[in-house]
Amino acid sequence: MIRALSITRSIHDWLYSSMSENMAYFIEMVLIAIVYLAIFAVAGLFLVLIERRVAAWFQLRIGPNRVGFQGLLQTMADALKLLSKELTGTEKADKFLYNLAPYFVIITALMALAVIPFTQDFQAFDINIGILFLIAISSIGVIGILLGGWSSNNKFALIGAMRSGVQTISYELSIGLSLLTMILITGSLQLSEIVEVQKSGWLIVQGHIPAIIAFMIYMIAGTAETNRAPFDMAEAESELGAGFHTEYSGMKFAYFFLAEFINMFIIAAIATTVFFGAWLSPFGITESIPILGVFWFLAKAMVLVFLMMWFRWTFPRLRVDQLLTLEWKYLLPLNLMNIVIMALIVWLNLTIQF
Amino acid sequence: MSYFSDIYKGIKTLLTGMSVTGKYFLTSRKGAITQQYPDNRATLKMFDRFRGEVIMPHDEENRHRCTGCQKCEIACPNGTIEIIWDRGIDEETGKKKKKIDKFVYHLSMCTMCGLCIDVCPTDAIEWGQNFENSVYDRTALTRVLNKPGSKLMPGVED
Amino acid sequence: MDTTTIETNFRSEEYFINMGPQHPATHGVLRLLLTIDGEIIKKVEPDLGYIHRSIEKMCERDTYQQIVHLTDRMDYLSSNINNEAVCLTVENALELEVPDRVKVIRTIIGELTRISSHCLWWGVMGMDVGALTTYFYGFRDRELINDIFEETCGARLTMNYNVPGGLMFDIHPNFVKRTKDFIAHFKTKLPEYDKLLTHNVIFQKRTKGIGILTKEDAISFGASGPVGRASGYSCDVRKHHPYSALDKVKFQEALKTEGDTYARYLVRIQEMWESLSIIEQLIDNIPEGEYRVATNAVIKLPKGEFYQRVETARGELGVYIISDGVKSPYRLKFRSPGFSNLSLLNHIAVGGKIGDLVATMATLDLVIPDIDR
Repeated sequence: MIRALSITRSIHDWLYSSMSENMAYFIEMVLIAIVYLAIFAVAGLFLVLIERRVAAWFQLRIGPNRVGFQGLLQTMADALKLLSKELTGTEKADKFLYNLAPYFVIITALMALAVIPFTQDFQAFDINIGILFLIAISSIGVIGILLGGWSSNNKFALIGAMRSGVQTISYELSIGLSLLTMILITGSLQLSEIVEVQKSGWLIVQGHIPAIIAFMIYMIAGTAETNRAPFDMAEAESELGAGFHTEYSGMKFAYFFLAEFINMFIIAAIATTVFFGAWLSPFGITESIPILGVFWFLAKAMVLVFLMMWFRWTFPRLRVDQLLTLEWKYLLPLNLMNIVIMALIVWLNLTIQF
Repeated sequence: MSYFSDIYKGIKTLLTGMSVTGKYFLTSRKGAITQQYPDNRATLKMFDRFRGEVIMPHDEENRHRCTGCQKCEIACPNGTIEIIWDRGIDEETGKKKKKIDKFVYHLSMCTMCGLCIDVCPTDAIEWGQNFENSVYDRTALTRVLNKPGSKLMPGVED
Repeated sequence: MDTTTIETNFRSEEYFINMGPQHPATHGVLRLLLTIDGEIIKKVEPDLGYIHRSIEKMCERDTYQQIVHLTDRMDYLSSNINNEAVCLTVENALELEVPDRVKVIRTIIGELTRISSHCLWWGVMGMDVGALTTYFYGFRDRELINDIFEETCGARLTMNYNVPGGLMFDIHPNFVKRTKDFIAHFKTKLPEYDKLLTHNVIFQKRTKGIGILTKEDAISFGASGPVGRASGYSCDVRKHHPYSALDKVKFQEALKTEGDTYARYLVRIQEMWESLSIIEQLIDNIPEGEYRVATNAVIKLPKGEFYQRVETARGELGVYIISDGVKSPYRLKFRSPGFSNLSLLNHIAVGGKIGDLVATMATLDLVIPDIDR
């Protein structure tokens, strides 16, 4: 299950030599969970900071630059503030579901993080249906949003939750189909396998035109999937106040907030893995040093994250019916057509390979 | 075919919009329009006509130009200005004469309309450029503009 | 399964939502009582009075010079035009001829006010449809106008620069240069507004064909300003009843016939261009002369009724004074554009979605203190 780097290999060996196999297995899982939780927290906070700085630069502002060097500790301070705040709720809220909802959102985000190949062998869970797992997991997150909106006994929250449900169910299709287009080339759902195929050219190059179309569709659908502008129907600030998390405060709100950013990173990470060769360096310049793969992976993911931020700070929001029109009348037919074209290209061996 | 041309046009307009924000992103270093107040207190200078608060200038010998005619008090729409006056004996002529005891200015009621300064026949009051008027206690916003012991500047009444 | 059971178990129901008085899209303390069926709006009832300060009643207490500063607090985005309206009414009643210099300066500052108001509206419009960055771009250009005002009048928003009989003081020596700089700057930024929002496909989809107001309805609801003109109702007071120096300048009345949200948007964008051209025609030849005609310290209007209307950034502002010959009016009534424009919200928003309501409300460009007074 765990194909480790050398340091993790030695920890692994030590654990297995010093205790029983089951015990070592259990401790190993806990250790990995802690590592990923740390990644989760740091990445989430860091992304929030990046978003705020990037937004500021788009808007001719300076952005947070007071707490720590260039504001690096700003989000830490915010998180501490949120931790210390009172957890309020509405009177007639369904308390159990209300408290459960944020965990749904955050746990699914965390689960998806597990299968992402940060670099060679740096992957917690290399399941052979990796892509399918990711798509399945990412659609569970919407249950948390629906529960949160439904149980908080607020009409604005309910409208937001219903919008989110409609939106995620629709855009799941496009995400799945656009990834399916690429799987026609790789022939495997396993993420490490997909990376292996890309050693002879990133898939966006291999698949050329249909791959680029698939990438565009994926980015649109992915932005919609994370409920970010221009598809932020669920929290549409000028329409619904704060949407589904209107009644959440303190750390519970922070969970929703962090999960949004982690989801954004996950969408970018999937795109990096499937379209841009994951941790592979361009032209194989650093292939001999696998640890640099983390750098390449994060760099590519960050570029895509930046793209999503660029969308957010430029475009107006769609209306809820236009959102569905875009999916069912434009993205879905194009996607189906694209799959046929891709199938033809793979069948006629027209892919570009180095 | 309008289906595809619609998509093409749509994407084109979206990219145009992104080019605008992208341009500002790239020039954001020098393009920031916000000011880092209060870091820039030293260099921040308000325009000379800026209406921050009403002040009464005094010269070096602690003399002001207010004769206590109360025109400003009448002109003020909000009762911001209260002049507490007195009749003192003029040193030169020996006659009884009106003079101000306290020129009370309630900043908390002032709407900065400028009518008092507009009507003042002796230019005794004018605009101050201070805008940092926040205090912890609102009684601190009630100010007496004439300094203690101040006198009327000679020649103002002529 | 029997269909009747489905109907009894799952019946759809209209529900009620309280939008405001604290809501990001109502821009102030407007409260809308919405009756909604799912996302579809069935009824909009505006509930007013959260910022009522009885300005009209206060005017009955104040002298005519003091009334001017109260109008700053009505439609605070076009405060200078409000000031001008009161001053013009008083001057007409006194049959006072103000110098040409005053007229020209009033017109220039009025048009600058209009641009600054529309800049803010543009930013807020973008924000209401979800494009947050427009807000900052709108404010960037508005700040330059505010700088011009601050240098000349001393205040950025509540200027109180006009007095019955002219201006409180002369323009600042830098005024002409700054205004010219602004015009040059803004001419490069207005096309950017178009690129960012006007031509954007999402924005067009959001605004085209929603909130349609016909010309007949516009007239019967008393719509004025850009709202009326977008429906093809030629109602520009500047054109039909020119005041100050507006009879000396050439400009086009921005007219559209579609009457939808997008038309109202385009009318305002075009008005910014027209205002720029008006300023350009006047800025180079501000006549020399007095900036103020002396009036009595206590202005007493002759007995009678006086009415003056001006075109603010939102539409027609009417000032109606009944005087019985003393220092304050017997009754003063403001016909504010926002109130009439708000009254048609229910008419044009019903049947749309919540998102449509927000976009429609943004193009009505409501300033709540103007409605409540």
